[in-house]
Amino acid sequence: MDTARLARMAWIAGLLLLIAAPFIGLYPIFMMKALCFAIFACAFNLLLGYTGLLSFGHAAYLGTAAYATGWLVRSAGWSPELGVLAGTLIAAATGLVVGLIAIRRQGIYFAMVTLAMAQMIYFVFLQAPFTGGEDGLQGVPRGKLFGLLPLANDTVMYFVVLAVFVAVFLFVIRVVHSPYGQVLKAIRENEPRAVSLGYDVDRYKLLAFVLSTGLAGLAGSLKTLVLGFATLSDAHWSLSGEVVLMTLLGGMGTFAGPVLGAFTIIGLQNFLADRVGSWVTVIIGVIFVVCVVAFRRGFVGELLAWQQRRRKA
Amino acid sequence: MQLKKLSAACTLAFAAMLGTPAQAQISGDTIKIGIITDMSSVYADIDGAGGVEAIKLAIADAGGAINGKKIEIVFADHQNKADVAAAKAREWFDTQGVDMLIGGTNSGTALAMSKVAAEKKKPFLVVGAATSALTGDQCSPYTVHWAYDTVALAKGTGGAVVKSGGKSWYFLTADYAFGAALQNDTSAVVKAAGGTIVGSVKHPLNASDFSSFLLQAQSSKAQILGMANAGGDTINTIKAANEFGITKTMKLAGLLVFINDIHSLGLKTTQGMYLTDSWYWNQNAETRAWARRFFEKMKRMPSSLQAGDYSATTQYLAAVKATGSDDADKVLAQMKKSKVNDIFAKGGFIREDGRMVHDMYLMQVKSPDKSTEPWDYYNVVETIKGEAAWTAKADTKCPAWK
Amino acid sequence: MEIFGIPLQAFLGQLMLGLVNGSFYAMLSLGLAVIFGLLGIVNFAHGALYMIGAYVAWGSLEYLGLNYWAALVIAPLVVGALGVLIERTLLQQLYKIDPIYGLLLTFGLALIAEGIFRDQFGVSGQQYPVPELLQGATNLGFMVLPNYRAWVIVASLLVCFGTWYTIERTRLGSYLRAGTENPALVQAFGINVPVMVMLTYAAGAGLAAIAGVLAAPVIQITPLMGSNLIIVVFAVVVIGGMGSILGSILTGLVLGIIEGLTKVFYPEASNIVVFVIMAIVLMIRPAGLFGKEK
Repeated sequence: MDTARLARMAWIAGLLLLIAAPFIGLYPIFMMKALCFAIFACAFNLLLGYTGLLSFGHAAYLGTAAYATGWLVRSAGWSPELGVLAGTLIAAATGLVVGLIAIRRQGIYFAMVTLAMAQMIYFVFLQAPFTGGEDGLQGVPRGKLFGLLPLANDTVMYFVVLAVFVAVFLFVIRVVHSPYGQVLKAIRENEPRAVSLGYDVDRYKLLAFVLSTGLAGLAGSLKTLVLGFATLSDAHWSLSGEVVLMTLLGGMGTFAGPVLGAFTIIGLQNFLADRVGSWVTVIIGVIFVVCVVAFRRGFVGELLAWQQRRRKA
Repeated sequence: MQLKKLSAACTLAFAAMLGTPAQAQISGDTIKIGIITDMSSVYADIDGAGGVEAIKLAIADAGGAINGKKIEIVFADHQNKADVAAAKAREWFDTQGVDMLIGGTNSGTALAMSKVAAEKKKPFLVVGAATSALTGDQCSPYTVHWAYDTVALAKGTGGAVVKSGGKSWYFLTADYAFGAALQNDTSAVVKAAGGTIVGSVKHPLNASDFSSFLLQAQSSKAQILGMANAGGDTINTIKAANEFGITKTMKLAGLLVFINDIHSLGLKTTQGMYLTDSWYWNQNAETRAWARRFFEKMKRMPSSLQAGDYSATTQYLAAVKATGSDDADKVLAQMKKSKVNDIFAKGGFIREDGRMVHDMYLMQVKSPDKSTEPWDYYNVVETIKGEAAWTAKADTKCPAWK
Repeated sequence: MEIFGIPLQAFLGQLMLGLVNGSFYAMLSLGLAVIFGLLGIVNFAHGALYMIGAYVAWGSLEYLGLNYWAALVIAPLVVGALGVLIERTLLQQLYKIDPIYGLLLTFGLALIAEGIFRDQFGVSGQQYPVPELLQGATNLGFMVLPNYRAWVIVASLLVCFGTWYTIERTRLGSYLRAGTENPALVQAFGINVPVMVMLTYAAGAGLAAIAGVLAAPVIQITPLMGSNLIIVVFAVVVIGGMGSILGSILTGLVLGIIEGLTKVFYPEASNIVVFVIMAIVLMIRPAGLFGKEK
């Protein structure tokens, strides 16, 4: 069967499944959480898979937006759409600052610097009174979207989140396929050559960084509305590690990869939480090790490679 | 790009199934009690699996079933994350038919779960968490705060230590909401009792080295070092205080210390330390008997929280039996009418703000030569009776109780 | 007498403590710098190896009755062996590909180690007694310094400079440095480069273990003790210059002192001061203070 047709059917099936989710008994809160993290993973993948930059403290931006939106909506009474917008922009601004410092270094050094900066941001949140510290910023109401749609209804909220997810997904595809995206790809493949061709590589990387952190922030803002709180876990380095895993497991540099990875990891954590206690950490660690050693292309990557091999045969 | 989406759809479905429990089951036929606590981290010893065991003891003592409906328990580890706790609580109420939720340690998680319980209109009995906000500005008709809170700790250790001569205080405080609340509440009590606060220093949570903070405390020349921290931080503070000879010139006041911490540190390092707790296993024949039952299962003596888990469950089940129903409003009304008389408290009762009022105890750690058996660690210095231990009505921030 | 409003006694006391902390930072960042400088691997498992070293010390006392001094020898051997295992089975395959995979692998290993130990031991931590020889404290006039902490400073400095000397000044060290820059050439001279690489990783792991044993009597031995420290240590290494051994040692010591002083004047910032310094250093000297631009 023609793979293009097969793929299109699969795209539609996937979307239909997501649309039908609340009506076929899938728990909407779980689905929304997974969608938020799918957005996070897509944002991260834009940086890692398509630009080749490993930001090892990406949770800082999710956390920044989560707290910003949480506080604006709860304590300043902002409406949800403005709160989310503000959160996203604040995260992007934070990303700009960190990016300006980190871009000077490459590869591993870049990763280390982003990690250290993220730790700093974490500690700031730990101390700042408005975040509620260890208790978290609680009691964030969902409000009414544009003053009309009551988001307190789980089903309504779900479709809003789904809509945002689809928009982000399409946006990422658009960016990657654009001329800008092509340059990013060139930078990832061979940076010195891109420089020699006259591209201001640092500018391109910085923009990718800001886009990625902004979208990560969007995920954080949405998550705060869905769950009703923002906590320190949103900015903790273990979450930074998890998003790397989601992307790696699903398939770096693919579109569906991060989404799959996010759903798998969130699903796994949900499923295992009450069954195995500390072993969740071990299992995540094992998946990391296995992925790095034997499964570097991730689900989707392996699938694509298999398809390539079949075509050649 | 092609085949990706096919796999996407399949894996999405698979992963989603992983995360979703089976179709919603209404517990028409069972009474389901859920406990969400820290089972693997800082507080795993003082509540954790022991807490689950304590609840199982309560269920067994209630006969295992009420009016033909079996009593079941489910438990989950919130890993000290408010988001995990709230998500699990919501999921249990929505899809697992949990009738009553018990909250373990960690104030952040308790606050989050309290909101979920209020939304779902189900009883939430908080045993392990400390924050007085649960019966203060975040009070709810569905939340009952069972064992202790920061106000009681402050009134206990703060007030009684000043009365015993410890007038000048220096605080070593964990720099987060809980530590700050504890320091504030205790300072207020110390000052009201005629004591003075000489100074304070904040340390980062989970600090590995307290030496520099302790040095500052020592140069303040205060009589009492108030440790407004918990768990590993308290243990490290005490260790370092001994090492640097601080204990020769200052007395340590543990503002949140459990018997498991003493067990961890040993009597040699902790002797003489004051602390306030809601229960001690070695107080009378009744508590000892229950503690030994617990010991058989867990190979260690129960903490006050584990006893609290037992008590909360017992009272809930008694109320279910009395009303013949597991409807939240009826059961809570019954609980608020009744007195709490069990191994945990005598003459306890639930106030309008959700506070379970009972006696608290100021204790001092024994010296090694006075301890007659393992876990025999405390002398009860003073009993803080009933209402005196908790937030007074005049000071309450709970809107429903003004 | 006062300095900036703090009595001289307290000031000097904090300096002393900062030096003790700095010694730990120096030792830990030394191991990291050795592994990174010579192998190009960012060893995220370093914190876990440190933690395992401390547990080996505790375990050998608890179950085998072996004392602290024995632990100082046993722990690095055991953890070094673990390092050999990790290097042979896992790391070896990653040298030829993007170094981020090495980072991710060791990150995963750290999670596994932490999870296993947490399952076994919980998080409350174990006690480890100060060895008899080093008990008690000395009154220095401006403060009472526990003898053990003085020992930590001495031991760390010995280990640090010993390692530095070995790598920078001995023939073995020069083989190591050459072998990682140009393995084929060095191999052609008959030196077994893969074995050298393996032993280097093991040595780095051993260094982490020694730090763990040194730390055991000072702080709670918990499964989290590594992850609490590791990111600060990374920052130290970045500031010092990621390939520079001397840079890490000096930076570790200096930062320990700066952090100690921050605790006196502005304690809330003591957590982040290292990162702030890192940001500043990176603005001025992206390669770190002693690093070479790669």
